[in-house]
Amino acid sequence: MKTASQQVAPKESEESSAIVGSALSTTRYRTLRMVAGPLVIVDRIIEVAYDETVEIKLSDGTFRHGKVLEVNGDTAIVQVFEGTSGIDVKQSTVRFLGEAAKMEVSTTLLGRVLNGTGTPIDKGAPLDGTQRRDINGAPINPFMRIQPSDFIETGISAIDGLNVLVRGQKLPIFTASGLPANELAALIVQQARVLSGEEFAVVFGAMGITNREASYFVKKFEESGALERVVLFMNLANDPTVERILTPRCALTVAEYLAFDCDMQVLVVLSDMTNYCEALREISTAREEVPGRRGYPGYLYTDLSTIYERAGRIKGSKGSITQLPILTMPDDDITHPIPDLTGYITEGQIVLSRALHRRGLFPPIDVLPCLSRLMNSGIGEGKTREDHSALANQLYAAYAHGNELRQLVAIVGEEALSSDDQKYLKFADEFEARYINQGEHGRSLEETLWLGWDLLTLLPPQDLTRVKKYVEKYGIHPEAEATQEGE
Amino acid sequence: MERQTQASFHNVRGSIVSIVGPVVGVEHMAGVRMYDIVRVGNAGLMGEVIKLRDDLATIQVYEETAGLRAGEPVVATGRPLTVELGPGLLSSIFDGIQRPLEQLSAQETEAFIRRGEQISPLDRTKLWDFSPLHSVGDTVSAGAVLGTVEEFALLHKILVPPHVPTQKIAEIVPAGQYSLDDAIAKLEDGTELKLSHHWPVREPRPYAQKLDPSIPFVTGMRILDTLFPIALGGNAIIPGGFGTGKTVTQQSLAKWSDVDVIVYVGCGERGNEMTEVLTEFPALEDPRSSNPLMQRTVLVANTSNMPVAAREASIYVGVTIAEYYRDMGYSVAMMADSTSRWGEALREVSGRLEEMPGEEGYPAYLATRLAAFYERSGRVIPLSATVCEVEGEQKPSQTHLSDVSGACEGSVTMVGAVSPAGGDMSEPITQNSLRVAGGFWALDTDLAHKRHFPAINWTKSYTLFMDQVVGWYRDNVATDWPQKRTSAMGILQKEIELNEIVQLVGPDALPDSEKLTLEIARMLREDFLQQFAFDEVDAYCTIKKQYDLLSIILLYADESREALAKGATLSSILEGPIRGKIASLKTTELETFKHDVKQLTSDVRAHMSQLEVE
Repeated sequence: MKTASQQVAPKESEESSAIVGSALSTTRYRTLRMVAGPLVIVDRIIEVAYDETVEIKLSDGTFRHGKVLEVNGDTAIVQVFEGTSGIDVKQSTVRFLGEAAKMEVSTTLLGRVLNGTGTPIDKGAPLDGTQRRDINGAPINPFMRIQPSDFIETGISAIDGLNVLVRGQKLPIFTASGLPANELAALIVQQARVLSGEEFAVVFGAMGITNREASYFVKKFEESGALERVVLFMNLANDPTVERILTPRCALTVAEYLAFDCDMQVLVVLSDMTNYCEALREISTAREEVPGRRGYPGYLYTDLSTIYERAGRIKGSKGSITQLPILTMPDDDITHPIPDLTGYITEGQIVLSRALHRRGLFPPIDVLPCLSRLMNSGIGEGKTREDHSALANQLYAAYAHGNELRQLVAIVGEEALSSDDQKYLKFADEFEARYINQGEHGRSLEETLWLGWDLLTLLPPQDLTRVKKYVEKYGIHPEAEATQEGE
Repeated sequence: MERQTQASFHNVRGSIVSIVGPVVGVEHMAGVRMYDIVRVGNAGLMGEVIKLRDDLATIQVYEETAGLRAGEPVVATGRPLTVELGPGLLSSIFDGIQRPLEQLSAQETEAFIRRGEQISPLDRTKLWDFSPLHSVGDTVSAGAVLGTVEEFALLHKILVPPHVPTQKIAEIVPAGQYSLDDAIAKLEDGTELKLSHHWPVREPRPYAQKLDPSIPFVTGMRILDTLFPIALGGNAIIPGGFGTGKTVTQQSLAKWSDVDVIVYVGCGERGNEMTEVLTEFPALEDPRSSNPLMQRTVLVANTSNMPVAAREASIYVGVTIAEYYRDMGYSVAMMADSTSRWGEALREVSGRLEEMPGEEGYPAYLATRLAAFYERSGRVIPLSATVCEVEGEQKPSQTHLSDVSGACEGSVTMVGAVSPAGGDMSEPITQNSLRVAGGFWALDTDLAHKRHFPAINWTKSYTLFMDQVVGWYRDNVATDWPQKRTSAMGILQKEIELNEIVQLVGPDALPDSEKLTLEIARMLREDFLQQFAFDEVDAYCTIKKQYDLLSIILLYADESREALAKGATLSSILEGPIRGKIASLKTTELETFKHDVKQLTSDVRAHMSQLEVE
């Protein structure tokens, strides 16, 4: 049986007319056959590895990069990150670099601005390349994970009170065009703190967002003095689409290093995942693959999971990765494949509502479809407060009922409601105006919890079945009681 | 004989010609068999033959293929994908191809899973206390119990592998300690038997006879046990959009179901969810044996970001392990979370093969595969039950030493979660599963938004096992159980009709009798159907308690209707603390519950009759 290297030798000499150079890694192929969309097809290649990085030299001497998407006999399909304009089939040459795409990792990246493929675009020093890691990462062994259970205070009542974020969670923000998701994300980044008081390092991956949006984030980071704790990856709307495929992976590779090698608490903000998925669809279409729903590839779920699942905590490290991906629901449709598949992978979601936004509420969080799956492990006695869970459930149930009554009122009028139901209606209004709506001002967890109790006083007391155990202890705010007595 | 076949296939050695995602094309593979396992590339990645054409074989690779090159060798092993079945399975966590994740992390001392690792699924060094049940000269047939070892609290029966011809035992070891690699018996034809054996995952394990499922699968969840029970050996699906509580429901079932062994397959779901099971289960107590729950559980974890082909395999690995314990005469429940991700794995591989797609890109054979999978559930008389009387009504899972030689019956109950795209249940996986599954527990987004948990919709859900299990309820719970169930369903249905009227004319327009019905329906929903999975007391509810709870609400309904008919006002009926007391019954500890229920029964009667006097 011949070994692989023995088989190579004769082939190489056969092909030598088509290639320049002798050693395999420096081999430059001139056998570009086809350019289609973001793809190029290279013929007569020898022993190219799947997923290997590719360097294309154009006739004008500039370089493009790509990766091998498919190997078929002696043909390779290569996806070009920086776009294919200017590539020709006659003079451009292709070199296979023999390894998967890698990203430099180091703590010196904090405070730097990089492009979507991880090359610095600020005026700082070039990266020294001492530690480079495969950007695809590897799945975390479930046995080695630690269940996320540390409460993060974001200062936002709708999150802290009702949909708790914990360290190591992936909690996306589902937004729609024109809604202030970026403002919300920036606010969370500014205010987030764990109860132990440790500060977060932030890895920000911009994918196809506009220059205006990007500079908003930079300004906000600057204002809060957080910029030296932030690594910025910038793939803007006018940057090559396909580059976006790399951006979240580079960002998460850095985040994994900071969290698991350097024991830091890392918050990863990815904006906008919808643009990422569009890029994925573009490549899939160019490859003429069988489409799944709405033209997105059948492997969209798997692909997204390789991004979202890179959040968490692991045994043997004090660090954590908490993800806050932002995604725009096309046409406000939560059943669209992108939010749908995301919701199936992430540990809950924060959903913004156009109706609340129009009424001038900030943050316009529609709490009913919101969810935090890890809430129960992050709250309760010893973590937040014993009544947290019961209180959240009671508020939810009451608001859902009040909201339902609104539809009824639209048909039969408010007078037709029983006096109890009218209380619920009032509760729903007050809940939105006072609990959800808080402006840019952050609230401590205590404030949020007391506000919840305060609102419950609007309801008929016998209906408070879910908080019955705590009514005596927490039913009336100590300060409120004092003022009442004073009167 | 098997060994010779293997040897001849060892010569098949091809080389890679194409790579696209998890699918690899290999030439010079003539002689390899469909669904055989091959080792791919220099890294020796595990793969399975899924298509043959001339001497070109198409392989789905169970590990990440990045870095694989055309021209690298592929070696056939001559064996299909098998799992190793033997003592040590319980409390383990495996990946989709039965590699033990705990050992994988110990060996690599790191948190990430690398490729090409080959680790034995079961601990080879551990010694097990084997006590033989047969002696030299005894005739044994396939599936017979050779002896036993103790695996935690469970008596693990060492079975003669199926397909071994009936013959006499030539040698058998005395009672003592043996490892998995020690031969414990030799048959006349020279076959050596060990504590464990391998079985191909895609082949259902044989049994003697399939039985009618007539015993309910008791879950401790009120809406399931009382309204939509399925039978031991039956199957059900739990479809629901994200956030409706599929996983919480599955985990509750895994925790509290009244079965001997749980096989929990996390198929393409979140890593943290498997971690949750791993941290929670060892600390929880099995209500039946008061051992840690983990000791009756086998976990198969292929999280969403692990290789997609192994996700396809994980379901089969799980069900084969379940069948193995069934063959020992145990009742086994298998949770598959989620079958949609399994279907998507099929779609992904099919797409890479450029097969003609069916609906929504799924392959045309989706329905066949789903049906074949769900049909591996069932209540059976295992091959080992040669000496047992066949009686339909025998209790399952008898584990007394006296009848270890052959348990009468075993069962595999399957509960598959389905994650319909966009929450739309008309999609292919839900629809095809519905055609084979006997229980349909539909999760509802609206209920979840209202924090009504478990968010199982009582109008859409159904069970096809009602006729079969109703006898058991009559005999073991109460003779009027079927009537009470029907009344409860009637009230809930009536509520929906009334609510439609309320939507048009407002609640004030309803007569008092119907307002009362609405109130009773609310009590049924909130005080009976709602069950908080994280509540210490209410997470598990015994069948008897379920019946008592339902009875008191229905009693309240009857008495109050009567009072109303006799002229009492609605507000006087609803006055007083009784409804509040009924509401807190479900979270009352069992001992005080019995007393409280009695007290409340007389309270309800007293309250209503006092109204009548007035």
